[in-house]
Amino acid sequence: MSGAESVGDERSAADADADEAIDRTPVADADVCVVGAGPAGALVADRLAGDRDVVILDAGPRFDPEDRLARQERAIRPSYGRPDVWGMGGARDAHETAGDRTYPLNHARVKGVGGSTLHWQGMVMRLHEEDFNSGSERGVGPDWPIDYDDLRPYYAEAERELGVSGASDNPYAPPREEPHPMPPFEPSYSDSLFAEACESLGIDMHSVPNARNSEPYDDRSPCVGYGTCQPVCPSGAKYDATVHVERAEAAGATVIDRAPVEQLEHDGDDRVTAAVYATPDGERHRQEADAFVVAAGGVETPRLLLLSASDRYPDGLANGSGHVGEFFMDHLFVGAGGTLDEPTRQNHVGFYTSACDQFYDEADESQAPFKLEFFNYAGPSPVEMALTGDDWGDALAERLRDGYGNHVAMGGLVEQLPDAESRVTLADDRTDDRGNPVPRIEWTVGDRALDTIERANEIQVSILEELGADVEWVAGPDATGPAYHHMGTTRMSDDPDRGVVDADCRTHDLDNCWIASSSVFPTSGAMNPTLTIAALALRVGDDVAEWLADGS
Amino acid sequence: MELTRRDATAALAALGATGGVALGVRRTTDERRGRPGDGEELPDDEAVRTAMTAVAETMYPDAVSGIDSFVGAFLDGRLDGSPHGEGIRAAVAEVESAARSWDDAPVADLSPADRDELLRELGADVAEENPDGTTAERVRYYVVNELLLALYSSPTGGELVGIENPQGHPGGAESYQRGPP
Repeated sequence: MSGAESVGDERSAADADADEAIDRTPVADADVCVVGAGPAGALVADRLAGDRDVVILDAGPRFDPEDRLARQERAIRPSYGRPDVWGMGGARDAHETAGDRTYPLNHARVKGVGGSTLHWQGMVMRLHEEDFNSGSERGVGPDWPIDYDDLRPYYAEAERELGVSGASDNPYAPPREEPHPMPPFEPSYSDSLFAEACESLGIDMHSVPNARNSEPYDDRSPCVGYGTCQPVCPSGAKYDATVHVERAEAAGATVIDRAPVEQLEHDGDDRVTAAVYATPDGERHRQEADAFVVAAGGVETPRLLLLSASDRYPDGLANGSGHVGEFFMDHLFVGAGGTLDEPTRQNHVGFYTSACDQFYDEADESQAPFKLEFFNYAGPSPVEMALTGDDWGDALAERLRDGYGNHVAMGGLVEQLPDAESRVTLADDRTDDRGNPVPRIEWTVGDRALDTIERANEIQVSILEELGADVEWVAGPDATGPAYHHMGTTRMSDDPDRGVVDADCRTHDLDNCWIASSSVFPTSGAMNPTLTIAALALRVGDDVAEWLADGS
Repeated sequence: MELTRRDATAALAALGATGGVALGVRRTTDERRGRPGDGEELPDDEAVRTAMTAVAETMYPDAVSGIDSFVGAFLDGRLDGSPHGEGIRAAVAEVESAARSWDDAPVADLSPADRDELLRELGADVAEENPDGTTAERVRYYVVNELLLALYSSPTGGELVGIENPQGHPGGAESYQRGPP
């Protein structure tokens, strides 16, 4: 079943009738227009909604929470691909890839209220202090125009907002001022097996912060162990951005779904004046506001700026530097796995509970920062195995018993350096369902990252061998893939010639336009980006509030 | 190992009592309604339960008991008038139609060997599930995999193969910490 069919089939006649009753017209006298209802847009909107009239526009739908079990069933059944779970695919989400590596964009994002946090795994680490100063500390890449200390209070607030379960047992983590909001998830049984091997090799293991409730938090359930975190958590224990969208709405914000923004209009004084968006009835509307925050992720954000080219800005809005769309980065997956001759108790939960950051700050000019993860979901899930194959009855049960139970695996993430040739542009002759050029992704990965993958593989294999595992697979430089973290395409810099936004994430070229997204990361580090996205979004919220208070 | 009403409730908790993956089947079930056709009416709930229980006896390992009440309770949740429920009904009708054509008997009256043979003759063993596909693919989706999904996402089904908290079952955040029994 293709994603295109899925999107169409999701909408029944009743849905269409209900759509007609939804008012998607612009809000008069809005103070702030936020483009994108993912975590960044949701947090900015929530930050401002109490005091300001805020409108959030999102290209995708508002998903019915009642459908989450059905989406979970899609995640398990072989008939459905990953994009089908949240209705990705089809003409709306068309894209092109070019260059050395294919980028599976529609596996890597969700459009709709909640954005990609609907399908994320929910791992929330802070970047390390040196990640903000890669150029001066490691000799490669640019420094960020802000330091860890600038973001530190926002990290703490982001952890409270998302609800993070974690401990302070990681000797390699950057300094923190207070405990995590919730206690960590206890180590898994397989962690205890890894621990023995790591101890004998002198490798440290520690807990890992999860944006997943280890106890009731913020009126949401603790984790109940559905085991399908990625791509759907039916219990709501895993944070997703619907939390802050709903909170913003309760404070007075307006959310307009199924409203893709096609262009940002501007005046002659370097101000954005309106977001032009389409609605399901085929109409187009203009949402005016005093301030605009683009929070559409690392691909759609540069696409929107490029689509907004005008006579005054022929290369695209906010693109005086020429860097909009350039420096597209993702984290590289590195992994290895195999089997033991004893039970390992995998696939009870869909998240991991132990990690190793010991090698992260060894990074220099030739070695990228990387982190290691100890999986709790190695090998096949019996229920998924049961739905394929030509056997049933006793034969099937025997196959499941043979296939499940003894697997172990490690994963990890590796930083890739920013490279202007790795980029998002507009396709020359392919358009989406509304006639707009689709994003074209050229994803390239340099030797530093590929060499580091080999280094990480060596450590992973040594741990598995110490454990006594029969190593059956290694995801090395040839088999690596993206972790679905889109970064770098509207980079932050104090210098208007070198970046798209300034240290406050406001565009250099337009006074009233901010970008809240991992697209502003000048370098990526090797930590999952969402906590940093959230911290930056909260900071953007403060800056917009201050700017509005100062009389715009 | 006995399947219980609790297992059926657990399977429904995992899969949803309404609609299954109905997001993807709304259009197709309307088109398919009455497909077994030739004047045959679709089976009522009781007939669907009887046929599905019979098929489950073939699908499930011999060690499992309590199939009748498990399948009945599971279908109580799934046969709710939703498009997915009607997809089950239509696929069962196709299985019954084949049984009567080839074996002159409803599927529940066939011997275990004949039931197994019937499903293989339909191609449900080698087909990939597809709610919009051929007869074999729809039977695989709505009958064979429906029953296998119910069993192996339940605690008892999971235990049969070594995991008491299988994927899809909200069995808590403690079992992953425990070593093997």
